[in-house]
Amino acid sequence: MWIYQKKLQYPVRVSQCNPRLAKYLIEQYGGADGELAAALRYLNQRYTIPDRIIGLLTDIGTEEFGHLEMIATMVYKLTKDATLEQLRDAGLGEHAADHGPALFYHNAAGVPFTATYIQAKGDPITDLYEDIAAEEKARATYQWLIDMSDDPDLNDALRFLREREVIHSQRFREAVEILKQEQQQKHFF
Amino acid sequence: MKPPVPQEYDQWLEQLQTVDFVLTELQLYLDTHPSDPQALQQFRAWTERRRLIAGQFEAQFGPLEATGGARSLHHWDWVESPWPWQV
Repeated sequence: MWIYQKKLQYPVRVSQCNPRLAKYLIEQYGGADGELAAALRYLNQRYTIPDRIIGLLTDIGTEEFGHLEMIATMVYKLTKDATLEQLRDAGLGEHAADHGPALFYHNAAGVPFTATYIQAKGDPITDLYEDIAAEEKARATYQWLIDMSDDPDLNDALRFLREREVIHSQRFREAVEILKQEQQQKHFF
Repeated sequence: MKPPVPQEYDQWLEQLQTVDFVLTELQLYLDTHPSDPQALQQFRAWTERRRLIAGQFEAQFGPLEATGGARSLHHWDWVESPWPWQV
């Protein structure tokens, strides 16, 4: 089970209302390499990964939900004071026609979230390589977002999230090495 | 709309976020290095710091988890303080 903590993992501040930026950020909410996909990917792979790696997948998967909440907070803060006209001018007219002011799990181009964004092969090394690739793709996405954003407050939180992708990637790389070592050991029964 | 939070809220929250960050990093490390005595000792020490800071935060700004929501017998504290995206 999970227990909710009433705080963000890292402070999220925005300088001003900016629905255009929110439209881009939604990529990390409901996009292929976003935080929802990350959380669902790792937590689903836990059941068939060797025992030594279950803790890591559980805790990184859980942290991803915290990141999802940070992205949602960014989108909420960037759009909460926007008029319908401003949303429309920012390219969010189609979104607003369906969802009004609500958030939704789709990518920056409006394509709804799909389970086909994630993989589970039941082969430990294959799954961990998938996870490393996912972290690197998310890191690259955060870099594009930072490059496109001119909001220094927002960029501070985006940089934090980018760094977390690096850490998670490194943790998964280490997990691969641990499994390789284990496979090379002789087993006596 | 909930009333604005006091100025010290941000400072206390950042202190809490800082200790929790250290604990998260140690936790991920310990997940794959469960027998590292130095990391275990650090985790213990930071858990104690976390306990003190979280206690002070909750006393001033309300519960961090729903289990702490019934300190008063008159109203449910859990829904009184602002949600993370509202501050």
